[in-house]
Amino acid sequence: MDPINFVYLAAILFAIGSAAVLTRRNAIVAFMGVELMLNAANLALVSFSRIHGEVDGQVMAFFVMVVAAAEVVVGLAIIIAVFRTRQSISLDEPAELRG
Amino acid sequence: MTFVTPTIEWAPLIPMMIVLGAAALGVLLEAIIRNPATRRVVQFVLSIAALLVAAGAAVLQWATLEGAGTIVMNGMITVDRQSLLWQIIILLFGIFGAMLFASRTSAGESAFTPLGASVPGSQDETIARRKGFELTEVFPLALFAVGGMMLFTSVTDFIFLFVALEVFSLPLYIMVAVSRRRRLLSHEASLKYFLLGAFSSAFYLFGAALLYGATGQSSYEGVALVVQQTASTDPLLLTGAVMVIVGLLFKLGAVPFHSWTPDAYQGAPTPVTAFMAAATKAAAAAALLRIVYTTFYTLGWELSWLFWAVAIASMVLGTVVALVQTDIKRMLAYSSIAHAGFILVAFGGFSSQALSALPVYLVTYGVATIGAFAVVTQVRERTEDGSIGGEATRLGQWAGLGKRSPLLAGAMALFLLSFAGIPLTAGFIGKFQAFSAAIDGGAWVLVLIAVLASAASVFFYVRLIILMFFTDVPEGAEEAVEVDHSPLARAVVVLTMILVLVLGIVPGWFLDAANNAAVLLIGVAG
Repeated sequence: MDPINFVYLAAILFAIGSAAVLTRRNAIVAFMGVELMLNAANLALVSFSRIHGEVDGQVMAFFVMVVAAAEVVVGLAIIIAVFRTRQSISLDEPAELRG
Repeated sequence: MTFVTPTIEWAPLIPMMIVLGAAALGVLLEAIIRNPATRRVVQFVLSIAALLVAAGAAVLQWATLEGAGTIVMNGMITVDRQSLLWQIIILLFGIFGAMLFASRTSAGESAFTPLGASVPGSQDETIARRKGFELTEVFPLALFAVGGMMLFTSVTDFIFLFVALEVFSLPLYIMVAVSRRRRLLSHEASLKYFLLGAFSSAFYLFGAALLYGATGQSSYEGVALVVQQTASTDPLLLTGAVMVIVGLLFKLGAVPFHSWTPDAYQGAPTPVTAFMAAATKAAAAAALLRIVYTTFYTLGWELSWLFWAVAIASMVLGTVVALVQTDIKRMLAYSSIAHAGFILVAFGGFSSQALSALPVYLVTYGVATIGAFAVVTQVRERTEDGSIGGEATRLGQWAGLGKRSPLLAGAMALFLLSFAGIPLTAGFIGKFQAFSAAIDGGAWVLVLIAVLASAASVFFYVRLIILMFFTDVPEGAEEAVEVDHSPLARAVVVLTMILVLVLGIVPGWFLDAANNAAVLLIGVAG
């Protein structure tokens, strides 16, 4: 199969991920959207790497994976801190900051 | 396929290695030193020492730099005068930030919660407070953030830039969440900052992937060569370029990517707000500058609409919304959005003068910002039993501050005048440089709008000055606000005040340095 199809798939996944971040009100689901966007970028990097016939893009994907893992740690820690206080992780509910 | 081990020139990386090494050492010390009071002193001394030594090393490199600079790790990092100047600027902000982190009120309270993991209002929190716990992790976190920002200004590879972006963002997300008072607000600010920050970095990353796809290169130089050769209308290339720039505009806090700014600024502990307001903007502006002038310079015509639109929107919205704010931290946040617009004005004409104008602008803006937030940390509410409470951030509480503390109110007035760009303050020099860079590029319409926005912004800055000096304290409210004396925060106020005056009255030496730095080692412009 032509590897450019995987780039299209990556673009679709990226769009789904950003739609999730912008529309879903649950912090965990929004965060999953971010992860989907990062992995879409990974898929794009690897497919482009294949198209160009070199391994550079695959190496970059490894960097992105490590960074994404670090981001998950920090993100879940913040979400858990919010949950323990409010017993809720809705993004609509915490509304002390407005304007 | 064979892999060639890259040879790394370590010498140009020394300033960053010192800061990141000290950060790792700081994490280790957290585990070894049990006594909170000792740990706090050790961490503070370590941070300041590391930042000072790193700044010394960077200045030394500046002085002994041979030729235009060094390219390290096959073009991943470029250390030239431009990047050294930004590194020194960020180290300066880091030093002020560390001093504010360590400052305590006269009641001995730091700005951070004693135990970050405790639930607000719980038994754990009370016990932690009574036992005198200290959240000294903020010092290593700040060092990681400073190290990441220094990398951010020097990196010349799109994927490595993403790594540097996260290295400085992740510590900031945590630091925003650990305020001592109003912890729900702080948590909420952190959650919003994190989600939007992660969203924007994913945006950036996908843009970088598209650029790699379009060109087969990930270094600025490699992409730049392809951009020059091919027709610039390649949709993959243009989409990638726009997404990369949008990701960085998020970090800069420009409209319409600003929505995290007021919340994060208000909810974060004020010392953290001071540090990130100054340093994040500097790092983002530096990276944007390098990318635009190295890689996308020949796309100037295709991309200028983006800079124009975002700059105008930021200036107008930042100024208008700042007018109606009643909380001082939020007002400063919206003012910072307007300043993001002024920063983008310098890009407006794609003139190479921006390379010397932006370091000047960011120093003048950052120093005044840190000073202003340092003043905010010292204007406190008085609790019912007479002790010092949280910060008095409502504008009304600042009435009559000029009589209580002429030094603090005078310093605040100076910083506000500098934000407004009144002559004889640093802000005037910064704005003059940024606007003349845009004029040089022919963007005089943009400059006209910027000057009008700047004039309108004087209104809300002066309103606060009038409130501090010419408004009487309302009856019965004299006792509600207390001015705190914490030596470190006072020192930051005085130092930033001196810098604002020096840069405003005798800016020649700094302008010379910035002109020296206006050459990129690899790049089309300059």
